[in-house]
Amino acid sequence: MIIVVLACAVATAVMSFGVLRSLAETRSEYYERYRFADLFASLNRAPESVTRAIERIPGVARVQTRLAVDAALEVEAVDEPVLGRLLSLPERGEPAVNAIVLRQGRTIVPGNADEVVVSETFARAHGLAPGARVRAMLGGHERQLVIVGIALSPEYIYALGPGMIAPDDRRFGVLWMGRQALETALGLKDEFNELGLQLDGSKPEAEVIERLEEILKPYGGAGVYAREHQSSHAFISSMLDQLSGVGRIVPLIFLMVAAFLAHTVMGRLIDTQRQQIGLLKALGISDRAIGWHYLKLGLVLIVLGTGLGLAAGAGLGFGLTDLYTQFFHFPFLRYKQDPAVSAAASFVAAAAVVVGTSRGVRRAISLPAAVAMVPAVPSAYRSGSWEKLGIERRLNEPTRMILRHLARWPLRAVFAIGGLSLAVALQISMLFSFDALDHMINGFYGRAQRQDLTVFFADAPSSAAADEAMGWPGVLKAEAYRTIPVRLSLGTRARVVNLTGLPSTATLVRVLDPKLAPVRLPAHGIALSSKLAALLHAETGDVITVEAIGSSTSIEVSVAQITEQYIGMDAYMDLDALNELVGAGARISGVHLLIDKSHREALYRTLKNVPNVAGISERAVVLASFHDTMARTLTIIVSFFVAFAGLTAVSIVYSVARIILAEREREMATLMALGFTTREAGYILVGEIATLVLLALPLGCVLGRGLGWIIAQRLDTELYRVPLIISSGTNGVAMLVVVLAAVISTWIVGRHLRRLDVLATLNARQ
Amino acid sequence: MTGVKDAADVGPTRTRVYSVRALTKTYETSGGQVHALRGIDLDLFDGEIIVLLGPSGSGKSTLLSLLGGLDRPTAGQIWFRDGELTSLDDRALTAYRRRHVGFVFQFYNLIPSLTVRENVELVTDMADRPVAPTDALELVGLAQRMDHFPAQLSGGEQQRVAIARAITKRPAVLLCDEPTGAVDSKTGARVLEAIERCNLEFGTLTVLVTHNTVIAGMADRVLSLADGAVAGERANARRRKARELAW
Repeated sequence: MIIVVLACAVATAVMSFGVLRSLAETRSEYYERYRFADLFASLNRAPESVTRAIERIPGVARVQTRLAVDAALEVEAVDEPVLGRLLSLPERGEPAVNAIVLRQGRTIVPGNADEVVVSETFARAHGLAPGARVRAMLGGHERQLVIVGIALSPEYIYALGPGMIAPDDRRFGVLWMGRQALETALGLKDEFNELGLQLDGSKPEAEVIERLEEILKPYGGAGVYAREHQSSHAFISSMLDQLSGVGRIVPLIFLMVAAFLAHTVMGRLIDTQRQQIGLLKALGISDRAIGWHYLKLGLVLIVLGTGLGLAAGAGLGFGLTDLYTQFFHFPFLRYKQDPAVSAAASFVAAAAVVVGTSRGVRRAISLPAAVAMVPAVPSAYRSGSWEKLGIERRLNEPTRMILRHLARWPLRAVFAIGGLSLAVALQISMLFSFDALDHMINGFYGRAQRQDLTVFFADAPSSAAADEAMGWPGVLKAEAYRTIPVRLSLGTRARVVNLTGLPSTATLVRVLDPKLAPVRLPAHGIALSSKLAALLHAETGDVITVEAIGSSTSIEVSVAQITEQYIGMDAYMDLDALNELVGAGARISGVHLLIDKSHREALYRTLKNVPNVAGISERAVVLASFHDTMARTLTIIVSFFVAFAGLTAVSIVYSVARIILAEREREMATLMALGFTTREAGYILVGEIATLVLLALPLGCVLGRGLGWIIAQRLDTELYRVPLIISSGTNGVAMLVVVLAAVISTWIVGRHLRRLDVLATLNARQ
Repeated sequence: MTGVKDAADVGPTRTRVYSVRALTKTYETSGGQVHALRGIDLDLFDGEIIVLLGPSGSGKSTLLSLLGGLDRPTAGQIWFRDGELTSLDDRALTAYRRRHVGFVFQFYNLIPSLTVRENVELVTDMADRPVAPTDALELVGLAQRMDHFPAQLSGGEQQRVAIARAITKRPAVLLCDEPTGAVDSKTGARVLEAIERCNLEFGTLTVLVTHNTVIAGMADRVLSLADGAVAGERANARRRKARELAW
């Protein structure tokens, strides 16, 4: 059993860090091969000539400008409008930055204006292959586009459309089109509205950003941001962070348990072989030789445990990496074991066993031969202080035997309880993610977002569009909103975020306070999500600067409210106040709709014909997609650790039960000789195990909350936060696994009791 | 509690407790078969002290364990009063030991985590009319050590506690396997005194296994075993008192 737990410790370390390293290296190579940008910028429009100035910025290695536009797509046999992001490709050759990975078909042929390459996830969601056609509203005209290729892109590993919190491959896709074709469609000849650039490392990134922003400012730049803020990259980084956190904490838990088991088992072994040790010493065998003999036993445990762990970790790591690779749609897999991690895990595992066994080995060495050869002095029992309270009168003798035996070996009991509670805690710290996910979706989004559908407009129309929306089939309620990118600054801290304006009477999309109660946005002032406020070091009442990206206007606004938001970190203000800030009249980005679902199909058909509609987002689908995405990654990693925790619990209970049986074999045989049934005698064993487990369970729940808090802190990123929500169901499952493990182990050991030779045991010399 | 009766006052009772016919026990070992008992016949009666005498390997402990229901014979029958012991399943054998048998082992086998009183109380729930633990301990001369743990007692004292534990349930039979084997002669005599008092007080059939021929003097009958068979049987005209025995 020590070997099993040791193997679990090494396997989790090797697996976690192996996956981490492999995914990081796969991503890194993917980025390098396809020249993923270090810096990104979007702007209104700028002439190509500006590129020369950008290329001359010290620290810039290469630049690629492009055109980007969101357009409504019509896909055959799909009722609802679909949003496509069209990006331009150079007419000839590959992009200098942000190249694509062709998976099927070919790239566009220069001069073929209607050819596109589509993203692989979008193609799969709709069953599209080269040769298929889609219609797109481009520059106010409907175009029939022909798919000639299917590709992946390092920019869209995690493809989020506007307003989406999770990928919705059915309703959002990326299409690449010829530069000239897109220039013509948009009327932006020799101009660009997005760029990506790679750095050569000679200058600090911040310096390059500053220079670039200066150059782009006249052209309505939406802010330059680094790769770390790019949504796809940020999502994968947070996944890797999660793995890293788990990989650091979990193996330590297993190692502690392995050390305890090694200590307990070795101690017991030396006790039972005490007389043989004495005999060997009397025959002249040196202390060193005896000590080395037991150390060798420890070495065997180390070699077998670490060997098994390394093999299992490598195998599991490869399998897990492969799963993640498919999930992230990486074009290739680079599985790499980290030799340093394997060596470190093996070394630490060995150290745990050596520490665990050293006390027993020291005891074996220090025993004088004459003392060792005689039976050990019987354990001295005494009445505990609890008994002076008169509690013992209510307990029968077998129960007193159990409690006094536990009190006689308190350290062993503490370690067993500690190990079992860690097994409970480990599961809770993994499983709570599902509770958090449910809370985020039902508890939070159930209150914050009550719309059925959100419709995005291509160009921000006037607020009259919201009134027109009420005339669409099945619409029961329509609420406008506007979202613009802004830079928020307070002192030296600044962030580029989305600022959303909502009507003061909004009921469909609401802002929630940290207690998840809806708040009414004040007519003046800004509401910041708690994460954003923390990053800006802003509190209620602070005055922050709000600068609309792409416009020269900025205002000073007071922080009126701190809100809660689990995904993203947005700012909110009254819609009228926002429009006043932008200064272009009452405009909206879209409408949130409450609809009569029986008219859904009719509504979709109508929306396809509304010229300004860029796309839609269906709340239930988005939340389901978010749930599926998160649940899939969680399920993979959680399953492993729940299994490991179960194995740990089995190992601990089995080892402790075997020791109890060995120590109390004579007592149980005595009871059976006196007329106790096997079951009654077995109560001694079962009762002691049950006491340890029952004490461990509540402690495990408390520790689990603590471990869960540590993990939740590691998951707190700008992209999302995971609330620490632990349901009674999660506690229940974690406890049940440990209880089942204990029942199985006790049953296995109990079989030895049923085969006990009562007579031989009683007649053996004590 | 009644006073201890003198050995001379106790006449042999003729109520048969055990009837053994053609009892055989064979063990399979790696070296071949071991014939521990070869077709033993005997009858044991209420109130007797029977000593099973014989060298190591003669089968006396095996016979004791079969009488006590701790093992099953290979062949033959054991009748306990009107019931055939050898046809009982494990559950019934446990019930038989629970109600009718008191055991005393060579190595005492007290529960180390229970006090003297608790060790004796362990069996009181099994009996319909148990002897009060304090009375049982007084009978063996250890009433003043009731709250001590076994580790605080000498070997002889522990054995006397084991005797008190065995008789608490007023068993029909007291089976003692080398009760003085782990103690010196002076202590052994005190142990035998305790057994003798229990036999006189309760009239329990007492079967004592020993290789010590001196101890045979306290018996009503002595059965000598050799090589798994009864080599001889003799009745003592008079039971010697345990305190008269010395070796």
